[in-house]
Amino acid sequence: MVTQTQTRNITYTQAINEAMREEMRLDERVFIMGEDIQKGVYGASGGLFAEFGGERVRDCPLSENAFFGAAVGAAAVGMRPIVESLSSFMWVGMDQLVSQAAKMRYMFGGQVNLPIVYRAAMYYGGSMAAHHSDRSHPLFMNIPGFKIVFASNAYDGKGLLKSAIRTNDPVIFWEDRTILGARAEVPEDDYSIPLGVADVKRQGSDATIVAIGGMVPRALTAADALAAEGISAEVIDPRTLVPLDKAAILKSVAKTGRLVVVDMAHKTCSAASEIAAIVAMEGFWDLQAPIQRLGTINVHIPFSPALEPLCYPTNESIAEAVRTTMS
Amino acid sequence: MLDKTALTEMMRRMLRIRHFEEAVINLVERGEIVGAAHSYIGEEAVAVGACMALRDDDWMTGNHRSHGHPIAKGGNVRTAMAELLGKRTGICKGKGGSMHLADFSIGILGESGILGSSIPVAVGAALGSRLQGNDRVAVCFFGDGASNEGAFHESINLAAIWKLPVIFLCENNQYAVTSSFKEMVASDNISDRAAAYSIPGVLVDGQDALAMHEAVTQAVARARSGQGPTLVEGRTYRYYDHSLGLGRIVRDSYRDDDELEQWRQRDPLDIHRAHLIEQNIATPEELDALEAQVKAEIEEAVTFARESPYPDPSEVWEDMFADPIPLE
Repeated sequence: MVTQTQTRNITYTQAINEAMREEMRLDERVFIMGEDIQKGVYGASGGLFAEFGGERVRDCPLSENAFFGAAVGAAAVGMRPIVESLSSFMWVGMDQLVSQAAKMRYMFGGQVNLPIVYRAAMYYGGSMAAHHSDRSHPLFMNIPGFKIVFASNAYDGKGLLKSAIRTNDPVIFWEDRTILGARAEVPEDDYSIPLGVADVKRQGSDATIVAIGGMVPRALTAADALAAEGISAEVIDPRTLVPLDKAAILKSVAKTGRLVVVDMAHKTCSAASEIAAIVAMEGFWDLQAPIQRLGTINVHIPFSPALEPLCYPTNESIAEAVRTTMS
Repeated sequence: MLDKTALTEMMRRMLRIRHFEEAVINLVERGEIVGAAHSYIGEEAVAVGACMALRDDDWMTGNHRSHGHPIAKGGNVRTAMAELLGKRTGICKGKGGSMHLADFSIGILGESGILGSSIPVAVGAALGSRLQGNDRVAVCFFGDGASNEGAFHESINLAAIWKLPVIFLCENNQYAVTSSFKEMVASDNISDRAAAYSIPGVLVDGQDALAMHEAVTQAVARARSGQGPTLVEGRTYRYYDHSLGLGRIVRDSYRDDDELEQWRQRDPLDIHRAHLIEQNIATPEELDALEAQVKAEIEEAVTFARESPYPDPSEVWEDMFADPIPLE
């Protein structure tokens, strides 16, 4: 019999589903709460209700404050909740996220561990207009107490979600809707990816592009275009924003001397801003050109398909930013 | 029915809260307690009556006016006082202070300076009991003001549809800072709001520890047996302003002059003391001795807190994460 590492070509959404299913099988303390998850309206929870039943796969009323906070209470007494929600609904449950989930452990002198994963599907670029296109991860980076995960493909998504479920702290796990249907080879065997370890998605020598989530495929496309012009771009995916793998970014910048940071959040005080600031302070003498920071322009997301694409970084704007660092 | 030991313990815990709070007033005036402190004096029967209906392993959450809740649940006054003074021996190692006296060792999942914010946490603890297959209940204390927060309404609905073992305990001291609940709450009683969620709502004399105990005992029995939550409103009164020292800022009167005096006539400690004497549970001499004992205990707690060291500067970095990550 031939043995080899079996992989399947599955979507990001399927990978998330597998991670939850496997962790729920492994650990009875893991359960999931959210709106319309028993019927799997958003895809990722499909089939979990059939396997685990309504006690562990709990449909919630439209009460984010209540069930975001109930996750805190359940975690405080020894459970390991996963909360499924959307980036836009985070606002509705914000008090529980900030006042309780993020602050409780420190404020109470370390008396409690809160192993909670808040999974937030991030819709943008799909004509959902301003209320349903929020990309709010930088706001949460400004609140100590959360670990913040942002996977850019199915393989990373599964491995990082497993680590997120297993860590003993609150995690916000962003699921970028622009890439949830993208497929990748995912092993059948159990694996996890540690939080805080960036991944080099493409090796290069002339410029470093740091991109997160759905910006990673755009950065890779840009790098292909640049390669045709003779520019070798390295693409770094931090994979987690908190903790942030500073060392990997600084190491790449030390090699290339140029940095472009790409974020789908509004540009002001974005994750890109933070990364640019770190490199400006700690990697300054390696830089051969000013850092380029790309983000969404500071307007709300318009509905019209004629306007929305103008707001976000694109393959071309990323490539152009790299050219700027080379000029 | 409560036996002599329990009835005496009830008195002891109310005395403990009263003398703890009087010590706090003194320490605030002397500048030894910094930041905000909210006095529980006048409301002792609510927390003590309720907590004496709980088991030690039941869960509890509180609010900003929460020195009384942990003491009512049997918490340690020394570590509570040290916390108020910001010392490393404090129950939260000096990181929480007056509004955040969590003590997980006795089921106190924490107080919250954001009002209404700890209510969903109690619902989650009760959900934990359900999922773990045990019969521990959760009590959340909150005020009349917090009963207008969305978190209250969302939580009570969630607990009701899932029949979770929660006791929503509204301490209606009738004022949210300076705003009368009669002007801020659409119903006559906060307990009336239970009807909207198809759960029992009970209005109780919050000055009478025994009445509180009886109402909460019933609510606990209902919760433990899987019948779901109850909303209990203890009607009470705080003798002091919203926070100690607020009178220096808010000079206009917001309560009738007679009102405080009328409520003082029904002081919860006096009522319980009279009950114990009338029922021949204890003699005045025995109760005086009990009070002297409690006073000494509080004095010792103040000494302990004063003599305790402040946290080391390095401790500012501790306790953020269970699985630590680099911080800067």
